[in-house]
Amino acid sequence: MNKLIRINQIRFLFLALFKEIIREPGVLFWGIGFPILMSVGLGLAFTQKTDTVRKVAVIIESHTIQNDELKMETISFLDQFGKIDSKGSENLFPYKLTVNDSVLGKNIFMFGRMAWSDAIINLKRGNINLIIIDKKNRAEYHFDPLNPDAQLCYLKLKKLSTHEDLSAIENESEIKPLTVNGMRYIDFLVPGLIAMGVMMACMWGISYGIIEKRGKKLLRRMVATPMKRSHFLIALIGVRLSMNILESLILFIFTYFVFGISILGSLLALIVLFIAGNISFAGIAVFISARTSNTEIGNGLINAIVMPMMILSGIFFSYHNFPDWSIPILQILPLTMFAGGLRSIFLEGGGIKQIALPTLILITIGGVFFGVGLKFFKWH
Amino acid sequence: MLILIFMNKFVIEVKNVFKSFKDVEAVRGIDLNIPEGQFVAVLGPNGAGKTTLVEMIEGIQKPDRGEILLFGKTWKDNETELRQLIGISLQETRFIDKLTVYETLRLFASFFDLKRDRVCEIIELTGLEEKQKAYTVNLSGGQRQRLALGLALLNEPRILLLDEPTTGLDPTARREVWAILNKLKEKPDASMILTTHYMEEAEQLCDQIIIVDQGRILKSGRLDELLDANNKNLDDLFISLTGRHLNEQTDQD
Repeated sequence: MNKLIRINQIRFLFLALFKEIIREPGVLFWGIGFPILMSVGLGLAFTQKTDTVRKVAVIIESHTIQNDELKMETISFLDQFGKIDSKGSENLFPYKLTVNDSVLGKNIFMFGRMAWSDAIINLKRGNINLIIIDKKNRAEYHFDPLNPDAQLCYLKLKKLSTHEDLSAIENESEIKPLTVNGMRYIDFLVPGLIAMGVMMACMWGISYGIIEKRGKKLLRRMVATPMKRSHFLIALIGVRLSMNILESLILFIFTYFVFGISILGSLLALIVLFIAGNISFAGIAVFISARTSNTEIGNGLINAIVMPMMILSGIFFSYHNFPDWSIPILQILPLTMFAGGLRSIFLEGGGIKQIALPTLILITIGGVFFGVGLKFFKWH
Repeated sequence: MLILIFMNKFVIEVKNVFKSFKDVEAVRGIDLNIPEGQFVAVLGPNGAGKTTLVEMIEGIQKPDRGEILLFGKTWKDNETELRQLIGISLQETRFIDKLTVYETLRLFASFFDLKRDRVCEIIELTGLEEKQKAYTVNLSGGQRQRLALGLALLNEPRILLLDEPTTGLDPTARREVWAILNKLKEKPDASMILTTHYMEEAEQLCDQIIIVDQGRILKSGRLDELLDANNKNLDDLFISLTGRHLNEQTDQD
């Protein structure tokens, strides 16, 4: 009777917990639908060449205004190219300059004359990128130097102002687009989304599931039977791993057909790393749900773990954008290691050798957190 | 001779048990012996220490002092064995929302290595035939309580521990639960402890009544032993013992 493993218990626990998930439409949407929607949104945004519209406020100092008409001496290139279309006074930005580019997409600059105070309000609201002030035939460019889009706008306008012929800067021949598979933003994004999906699913699925069951006194009720406690955790983690495989597969298949995402590296390495990632986050999930039975506290704890990693682990953009001193810290975050490992397999053709270290670290992290979590685990 | 000795033994022995939570003394030196086949009601107001006492007997809480034996064995080294012999129903248990009544019973049956036949018997016993495919989240309070009772009865327990099994139920639902429990009395080897603050429930279901308040046993015995000319019912008795009505709240948990 006192067998180490009772298959029947695990089987029925697995089935019950699996049904609990698949019968909840919200869980299916957030687990499967949402990552796909995110990949579609971000994938289309970063794989399609779109027109870029940048709005610029022009402040004309009083000495340059003649007969109440806009006379923009400092941006005289607009007149030179004859591309300004006046759309009427009701339009805040009636002056348009279009720079055609078959490689980078159209750049459309919209200019509007306004008072300094209005320009500042528009800048604060994100309606404009840049303010140009005419100071006796010398342009002054005002923008947030930490805003990369404003910087780009300034550089482009500066370049436009120094060229006589607009066609000279259109379709620049030195730009050779790198759009082969594996080098696009979507290629960078998908492994990150898979890693993030595993983290979110483990943290919410396991942690929240345990906390909620403890709060409902269901854990207490279950352990008041001969149910083996380890079997409950095995089933809970097993169900989550199965769901994570399913969710990741669906995301991969979708992006394979829509964006042509492919796996360049070893499939075996991918499986090993995927399991290691699940172990790591399952361990952390058990640890943070070890004591509390309050779902609001659980919410806070889970968010405290997932939010920093979502932002700092290089899921949507490289973590190398953060200050140099923080990079060694960010590199040891489980999500950074997991996403980095997946990217090395997806994009760089990585194999077991490349993922051996992150796999080992992820399993160790999972094991340590799981062990400590179990030590303090409150069943009642 | 040996068989007779075993039969005379108490199935539950509570020996001078104390339990505190921070600065609240929930149970203060309770002694209790329950022989096989006896149905016992632990009657007391909210906060009297009933739940703490029963949870210690269930092995969910550990006493700070004293000893609890079930079939002469402590929880410490015999948990696996004792879990096979008891059935419990906690106060306010909820189930997995999106699992049906049948699936919930099947899950708990797997913990005892029981097959689907036993699940069907329990569904019939608790009158949940029409609700066996309903999600537990959609059950009424009475149906949920019958399911909780069904889970407690799955393994045909030798000791049944029910913590306020009818609290919050309407009179009809309460009588349905009583009807199920009355059927159990037909089994001579089944013992039961039931906590309640309903006098009628104690009178209807139990052979022995233990009145507790502020973590202590005030009085115990059969109903006819407890009542007399001055105390015509249990509420009168409780007032004479404590100066309060049974349904008044106390400060203790």
